[in-house]
Amino acid sequence: MKKKRNFVLQSLALISVLSLSLTGCSSANSDEKASDQEAKKSVELLNVSYDPTRELYDEFNKDFIKKWKDETGQDVTINQSHGGSGKQGRAVIDGLEADVVTLALAYDIDEIAQTRELLNKDWQTEFDHNSTPYTSTIVFLVRKGNPKNIQDWDDLTKDDVSVITPNPKTSGGARWNYLAAWAYAGKLYNNDETKIKEFMKSLYSNVEVLDSGARGATTTFVERKIGDVLIAWENEAYLSLNELGKDEFEIITPSLSILAEPPVAVVDKIVDKKGTREVAEAYLQHLYSEIGQEIAAKNYYRPRNETILAKYKEQFPQLELVSIDDFDGWAQAQATHFKDGGTFDEIYLPQ
Amino acid sequence: MEQSTAIQQASNVKNKAATKSAALQEPRIIRYTLTFIALAFLAFFIVLPLVTIFITAFQKGVDVYFAAITHPDALAAIKLTLIVVVIAVPLNAIFGVMAAWSLTKFNFKGKNLLLTIVDLPFAVSPVIAGLVFILLFGSQGLFGDWLFANDIKIVFALPGIVLATIFVTLPFVARELIPLMQTQGTSEEEASISLGASGFKTFWYVTLPNIKWGLFYGLILCNARAIGEFGAVSVVSGHIRGMTNTMPLHIEILYNEYQFSAAFAVASLMSVMAIFTLVVKDIIAWKSKSS
Repeated sequence: MKKKRNFVLQSLALISVLSLSLTGCSSANSDEKASDQEAKKSVELLNVSYDPTRELYDEFNKDFIKKWKDETGQDVTINQSHGGSGKQGRAVIDGLEADVVTLALAYDIDEIAQTRELLNKDWQTEFDHNSTPYTSTIVFLVRKGNPKNIQDWDDLTKDDVSVITPNPKTSGGARWNYLAAWAYAGKLYNNDETKIKEFMKSLYSNVEVLDSGARGATTTFVERKIGDVLIAWENEAYLSLNELGKDEFEIITPSLSILAEPPVAVVDKIVDKKGTREVAEAYLQHLYSEIGQEIAAKNYYRPRNETILAKYKEQFPQLELVSIDDFDGWAQAQATHFKDGGTFDEIYLPQ
Repeated sequence: MEQSTAIQQASNVKNKAATKSAALQEPRIIRYTLTFIALAFLAFFIVLPLVTIFITAFQKGVDVYFAAITHPDALAAIKLTLIVVVIAVPLNAIFGVMAAWSLTKFNFKGKNLLLTIVDLPFAVSPVIAGLVFILLFGSQGLFGDWLFANDIKIVFALPGIVLATIFVTLPFVARELIPLMQTQGTSEEEASISLGASGFKTFWYVTLPNIKWGLFYGLILCNARAIGEFGAVSVVSGHIRGMTNTMPLHIEILYNEYQFSAAFAVASLMSVMAIFTLVVKDIIAWKSKSS
């Protein structure tokens, strides 16, 4: 009996010592951090972004950290959070304290501005080019040799073609895909809405997997090898090509697509609370600098800077681009197409 | 004469036993088929995926493997997971023992209600568990304005992750102890009290030694779940790399970044932790039997 009791006591003591020492370690670490901050007055930024920008901001942050150190002598740490654009916007609304948001579409930032007034309603005028330092467009990724001979949007409606695109209800990228297809059909049928819906219906009846996010859709197409064509961001398509095999895929640029403008914004209330406004603004401004634009282009985003765009022109073929303004802005597009009972609910019948 | 009947009787009994056991046993072919099916099922659903994890983890070589598990973000994820475990598991041990103790050794009104509430986290989906904390402590939530004004971060930071983990792992210890303490009854405690021991003394010297193996078993299950919890933690994490990603979340991120080998490397580390936990569990089960 005594032995048993000892055993229990010993193990309890062990557990408490372990937990004490571990929590001790962690608090010691945070103390260290705090004193570091005071010594060098270092500053932390949180950039809440969407899925396909991981590689872009990985490279861009390194450059900005160096630049900020050179110019001000201050150390800046940039933390990144990535996820589906809508989900990330939601997290900021729920209290994720982002200094800057760099999301897939203006609608998600509008939501933050409206629901919690964390930033001005006219945030999109604060930086050049509608606060979008880089753009992208929607293209097709097909298997090598293009076995189904897919050249343009109407090829996606053929019966034997299997299409991969994410769900526009949850994915920002998918909404661009949907609107690009819609714009093509609009041009083809002279804006006859019944015919456009017919076209969209036959396109989405070919969708084999409707993932919830852009990255998930890419993984389905590339890794799980499902589908003949992936409708994707141009940058995402290039990334798949380079990361996962130039001999396996090809990029097809359709005759018409949409100018996708992923915007950036400083979250006013958070930077004012944390006192990080200056560095947050400089951070986003740096995206417009030559080097920032070059990094964007290297990561397959179309830069706004004409000279740099020209330098990378082989990577970015010219095509006819409609913009979100042709859909009367995001609020209108969202209401018409993606709200419950919108056109997407009309044309998409789950199989 | 007498002796021979005795022998006869004995052999009768023997025969009976033989026929009985034959009747209880299935034909050999059925036995083998059933065993084979069970083994094949296990191999296909458990062993094969486990092996796949390790093969994929080492696919790009040992260097990539070690680079993946020593990457700062991976180390941060491991550290965060351990911190969460170290806070959540002891708290649930204390709560579980208290809940089991009060539910089995005392009679009071609302006992069944409390029993049901203890089980609630098993029934509720982890996603909902996470959302509950967003609704409570998120900026739009009940305490949102106050927390923002006082600069206290709960969701999208360590406290939220710990809270979600505690919620999900809450029933493990209590659920393990309640049936055990119910069968043990209250007679030993009553004896101890009537001999003049205080309540705490009774608990420490009578109850605790009786339940220690059950308690350890519950702690191990609680620990395994705390390490592996994905759903609830994902909702409250905010996914800030190097800060609020636990190991399961880090694995998902690596996978989404096309770093399949790295993702599986971290996954293999978690599998090793799980296997280690199971071994400890078996040793405890074996020790508790032998004592």
